[in-house]
Amino acid sequence: MGNAIEIKNVTKTFGKTIANKNVTLNIHEGEILSLLGENGSGKTTLMNMLSGIYFPDSGAIFVGGKQVEIRSPKDAYELGIGMVHQHFKLVDVFNAVENIALGFDTKRFGSFNLKRVKARAEEICKKYGFDLNMDQKVYEMSVSQKQTLEIVKVLYRGADFLILDEPTAVLTPQETEKLFAVIRNMKSDGKSVIIITHKLKEVLEISDRVAILRKGEFVGDIATKDATESSLTEMMMGEKVELNIERSLPVNTMTRIEINNLSVTDREGVKILDNISFKIKSGEILGIAGISGNGQKELLESIAGLQKTKPGSSIKFFAGNEGEQEMQLIGMTPRMIRDAGIHLAFVPEDRLGMGLVGSMGMDGNMMLKTYDSGRSFVTDRKLPRIQAERIRKRLGVVTPSLSTPVSRLSGGNVQKVLVGRELASNPTVLMTAYAVRGLDINTSYTIYKLLNEEKQKGVAVVYVGEELDVLLELCDRIVVLCGGKVSGILDARNTTKEEVGLLMTSYRGEVQEQ
Amino acid sequence: MIESLIAWILRAIPFGTIIMYGAMGEILTEKSGNLNLGVPGIMYLGGFAGFASSYYYEKLVPDPNGAVCVTLAIVCCLAASMLGGLIYSFLTITLRANQNVTGLALTIFGKGFANFFGAYILNGQSYTAAPLANSMFAHKIFPFADKAGVLGKTVFGYGFMVYAAIIMAIVMGIILSKTRVGLNLRAVGENPATADADAVSVNKYKYLATCIGAGISGLGGMYYVLDYNQGIWATTGQIEALGWLAVALVIFTTWKPVNAIWGAYLFGMFYWLYQFLPDIMGWKVASYVTDLIQMVPYVVTIIVLIVVSLRKKKENQPPESLGLSYFREDR
Repeated sequence: MGNAIEIKNVTKTFGKTIANKNVTLNIHEGEILSLLGENGSGKTTLMNMLSGIYFPDSGAIFVGGKQVEIRSPKDAYELGIGMVHQHFKLVDVFNAVENIALGFDTKRFGSFNLKRVKARAEEICKKYGFDLNMDQKVYEMSVSQKQTLEIVKVLYRGADFLILDEPTAVLTPQETEKLFAVIRNMKSDGKSVIIITHKLKEVLEISDRVAILRKGEFVGDIATKDATESSLTEMMMGEKVELNIERSLPVNTMTRIEINNLSVTDREGVKILDNISFKIKSGEILGIAGISGNGQKELLESIAGLQKTKPGSSIKFFAGNEGEQEMQLIGMTPRMIRDAGIHLAFVPEDRLGMGLVGSMGMDGNMMLKTYDSGRSFVTDRKLPRIQAERIRKRLGVVTPSLSTPVSRLSGGNVQKVLVGRELASNPTVLMTAYAVRGLDINTSYTIYKLLNEEKQKGVAVVYVGEELDVLLELCDRIVVLCGGKVSGILDARNTTKEEVGLLMTSYRGEVQEQ
Repeated sequence: MIESLIAWILRAIPFGTIIMYGAMGEILTEKSGNLNLGVPGIMYLGGFAGFASSYYYEKLVPDPNGAVCVTLAIVCCLAASMLGGLIYSFLTITLRANQNVTGLALTIFGKGFANFFGAYILNGQSYTAAPLANSMFAHKIFPFADKAGVLGKTVFGYGFMVYAAIIMAIVMGIILSKTRVGLNLRAVGENPATADADAVSVNKYKYLATCIGAGISGLGGMYYVLDYNQGIWATTGQIEALGWLAVALVIFTTWKPVNAIWGAYLFGMFYWLYQFLPDIMGWKVASYVTDLIQMVPYVVTIIVLIVVSLRKKKENQPPESLGLSYFREDR
């Protein structure tokens, strides 16, 4: 096996940040290579230099033994390098064929003829086992269909090197299996596939070789058959990390929130949530599984008082004190809920949109919770600063100063600020949506630990997640959503990934909670 | 009554042609993701350059030739308005300045520029004319127009710019929907990052679409001065109002050039509603009501916006990245 692509001493900086430092990496012909590393370790940047999005500051790239300059995606295509980006690069109002035909030049692909493009693309689909409707518009496609289209597009351009950036992040286990089958097909066809990921289990399952980046530098590579989860983590982090989530048995659970017949429709009247009923209990972590966009967001927002619900829906809150009445949350605004003494903490999916104000610093974001406390006409700026400082120390937020706009922090730090603020309010109910999305392993486990601490304190924790492995290890019970309905409520200790995955994709009748 | 209707159409179609040029140029520009609110300014630049060149040609050359006069006017109009588009492109594409601010500044600049230099030509008078250019532009190109009755009058009785606009709209529609260039251009306006990753040269498309678009918009200004306004340059602020109407028409067409044809004439009918409808219906209308009636095109645009937004059909929405600047290494 020859070295098909050689990256030699490549460095890339963005302003003062060093994204890649002296990276040397070889990619062989006909192999499946996993590029592993934490967030911000420079995996995507490195691959973007192969696909022509960025240009290296120094260093050289060789393809087939010859030194090349990849100045634009066009150059990359001509060298047979194609990349499927994490955020799909597709035009929504175009159909599949138009997206494939985009950017062709007459010299290489002949005159403009969409019918011919369609016929050839269908041939490729057949060869590798893709399932794609060529006339469908992209905005009507599911995430997995969009990904398929991206791959077909790259193959159509004659790519021999296929770079996939976090391809499984948004797929169900079943879809992931399908994707892996296709990747193996491509390998046997002689193509090289590079997968950027931080999911260790998938690395071990699919790849031939693993290359590891840490803080922008190449740490080493290892044949997959010689690697284990813990050896890979150690290479990634540079130290041994405990990858166990300590899950304690729930104690003194009692119903905190009871949801009955909750229905929500969107503006067009399409049902997003359809007659949902389940209970959220104190002292346990309730996982919510489902393909994203199956009503998770609306569910949490209904509880938080941000979502209009259909008549007949009921969300009851039980304070649990002797003689205290249950409270109906439907119809209450977030402010009314807070004034009623209910401590609801909500870590939304859209961190910088709903959770934090990007252009304000940590202190300013703390103030969003306390701006109307105190009696003085001017706001109290001191308390939020103290609180921000405390969160910075406790969670290890890396920021130049407390007043640095949070939008300039990395994704993990942004999430720490948000989670820290929500936990500081001593919640009785803590709701998190995709709390670890885009975070590296270390930060993820910090978050898991925090959630477990809250659970032991007796907080009712709701964890909307996408990684099934984590859901199974972290949660006590799992509610599975499918098409806006509850398709199953499972005991997380006695279920399997396959069972959850199946429920996520198929609804098999009403589920009643015992 | 039928005479009133004919007179109405005879007024509405040339009027519509002015804004059709303005709107077609802006559609092309917006398809590349550039929201150029400098259309009124560009129409001023085009109108003034077209007028000034033919005015001086007629004045300075002893025996002016009609064809040369027309060519000169068109070339100067295109040059001036494309220069306006180039200023806008440089600021918003290369320097990534805010598109709305740049566009509005261009409108103020174009109007000021035209009026400032117009003052030299006017030389103290309230208006001045370029009669040869006007006769050339207003010349009816179909010889049978006068003999073909009502139809000849209303359909075939205009200068060449009216028909050029229709042909241009159809050609532009075909280019946008049926060719590789059109596909790439639309992709640039929808999602420049995607177009870039697919080896479409985003800046090239944006520059070209914006400059060519500005040139087309400028033709509207020239048509206004040399044909519609009978070759007269005056100090009225009419062109600016027409420019905004053209921007409204872009939304009305849902970014489809072919819709600009009937849309522009419809806007023309609406615009002159106040003068002809009362006649036709035999009403008496107070003068303050005419101003209200003149709002109709804008009201219709708002209604279209509401209807399109409610129907939420993706194809009828503005290009997705309209108004946003693009930088490949943005993180």
